[in-house]
Amino acid sequence: MRQLLRHHVMPFTREVLRDRSMLFVRAVFILICLFANLDRSTGLTFCKQSRADDQFSLSQVAPGVYVHVGKTALMTAQNEGDIANIGIVIGQDFAAVIDTGGSVREGSRFLAAIQALTSKPIRYVINSHAHPDHVFGNAAFAKLGATFVGHANLPRALALRGPLYLDAFRRIMGPQLIDEVKLIAPTLMVERDMRLDLGRRTLTLKAWRTAHSDSDLTVLDELTGTLFAGDLVFVRHVPVLDGSIRGWLAALDELPEIRARRVVPGHGPVAAWPDAIADERRYLQRLTQDTRTLIAQGVPLAAAVQTAGATEKLQWQLFEEYNTRNATAAYSELEWE
Amino acid sequence: MRGKFAILCAVGLALCLGASSLLAAAPEADVQWSELARDIFKGRPLNDGTGLLSIEMPYRAEDAAIVPVTLRTALPTGDTRSVKTITLVIDQNPSPVAATFTIDPGVSMISTRVRVNSYTKVHAVAELSDGALYVVETYVKASGGCSAPAARDTQQAKVTLGLMRFRQFAAPKQAPASTTREAQIMIRHPNNSGLQMDQITHLYVPLFIVDRLRVWQGDRLLLAVEGGISISEDPNIRFAYRPNGAAAFRAEASDTEGHVFRAEWPAERSDM
Repeated sequence: MRQLLRHHVMPFTREVLRDRSMLFVRAVFILICLFANLDRSTGLTFCKQSRADDQFSLSQVAPGVYVHVGKTALMTAQNEGDIANIGIVIGQDFAAVIDTGGSVREGSRFLAAIQALTSKPIRYVINSHAHPDHVFGNAAFAKLGATFVGHANLPRALALRGPLYLDAFRRIMGPQLIDEVKLIAPTLMVERDMRLDLGRRTLTLKAWRTAHSDSDLTVLDELTGTLFAGDLVFVRHVPVLDGSIRGWLAALDELPEIRARRVVPGHGPVAAWPDAIADERRYLQRLTQDTRTLIAQGVPLAAAVQTAGATEKLQWQLFEEYNTRNATAAYSELEWE
Repeated sequence: MRGKFAILCAVGLALCLGASSLLAAAPEADVQWSELARDIFKGRPLNDGTGLLSIEMPYRAEDAAIVPVTLRTALPTGDTRSVKTITLVIDQNPSPVAATFTIDPGVSMISTRVRVNSYTKVHAVAELSDGALYVVETYVKASGGCSAPAARDTQQAKVTLGLMRFRQFAAPKQAPASTTREAQIMIRHPNNSGLQMDQITHLYVPLFIVDRLRVWQGDRLLLAVEGGISISEDPNIRFAYRPNGAAAFRAEASDTEGHVFRAEWPAERSDM
């Protein structure tokens, strides 16, 4: 509870004191919840119902930059798809959202938390790539009149994969969470670079060649040196390869040229830049090396993916869930070298 | 108070369990193998192929776009028949027949990669030289996460369309006297399974797959594959065969847009 309070009170005291009525409502709510929790029989239902308001953490990582750090987990009905990092940057005139979470429910909770922080209109909703944990919350932002922004390849990726994602996650998370998900493609597309003016604050967007996926987009808040790297950067959570391992390693050579102080990775805690990419680079290099060796030895795919990258196991969370898959993708790419 | 809390918990837990078992039990209008088999094999009887034919797939499809599948044939000693064709069926895929392999009697193993859309049974049906059909099955759990049975890098596919590679592997060390060798044929091709007009993006991705591939050892046809949309991007087939002394291998592939790709490679010495 103390932790929940801290997450909530911190943004209020810093930025939205002027929104007094909202503050009052929330203060009362928090008090009720605290009180109700003393009597757990009622607290249970009450706080469960109000989960959307009460448990969504949004922390300030730099002035005007807020991040919700998702759980290091797979998307499930229980976590409502809340596994990716999503954030917001607030300028003098507008705010821009970077990714919307893994369900409309999460997106709505995110939106509620944003509206408690600021009354600035959300001008842009930026998607860092096509994966469901980053875009399934888009529908929560659809009625705000915001412009959806993404990599030039994003519409195609959503068209090709979106229906498959909906089917797969309807199975995994259930229809209640997934039926309301709408695939919303960007109308503002980034071919290479783009600058978005939020009012005395500029975001620099960069579209990458195929790396983690074929629609990776990074967002730099120049004012505070905060880089939203999307899934080009994983911290602690094992990297997930769904594009090109060689492309990703090439991107990792280029990424440090971005002048930033900190990175908001797609998954894992906010970390110092560019040190945060060292582990990921080591993992991808190891996987590449192992896979090349196995291919040269003539080991078939099915056997090779059981051992490639195995020495990295203890360094990562969710290694078992993703390494074999990464090795499969790496093998099918590298055997063409 | 504590008792009341416990009861609530129990009720909650029961509700959760109830809900999840409902979810698990909810039929997704599963395609029935009996119906599929009747359609594909025109009602001909299917015998149990255990011991004659095997199908290997990982229990869990880690990457929905690339699920390795290996088919092996082993007729009992004394059985003078040979395997003519093997049909691979992924029951719950949109177009269940993944491929039909027509093989030379010396081909005892075929390994390829397929897309798997959901939890599904996979069947392999061998037709023997006497016309009898034999079936074996396995089960694959769909992958979770953001893995999709779709192309991974849509940009690069166009650049190298139709490029073919052939690789010959050394005879397995544990069986130096073995008369079989393994080889692998790879074709660069997006193998797009096709997509209706997307309502949001107005993108249309047409069906574009390698539908036919043939590999010869010298003049002898080793392997002919009729492929469907379930074959992974960059179709890749590894197979075991008996070298016949021919000096070269040759392959020809064609796709649904009428492209024909041809290539030829010298046979490597069998003692390497």
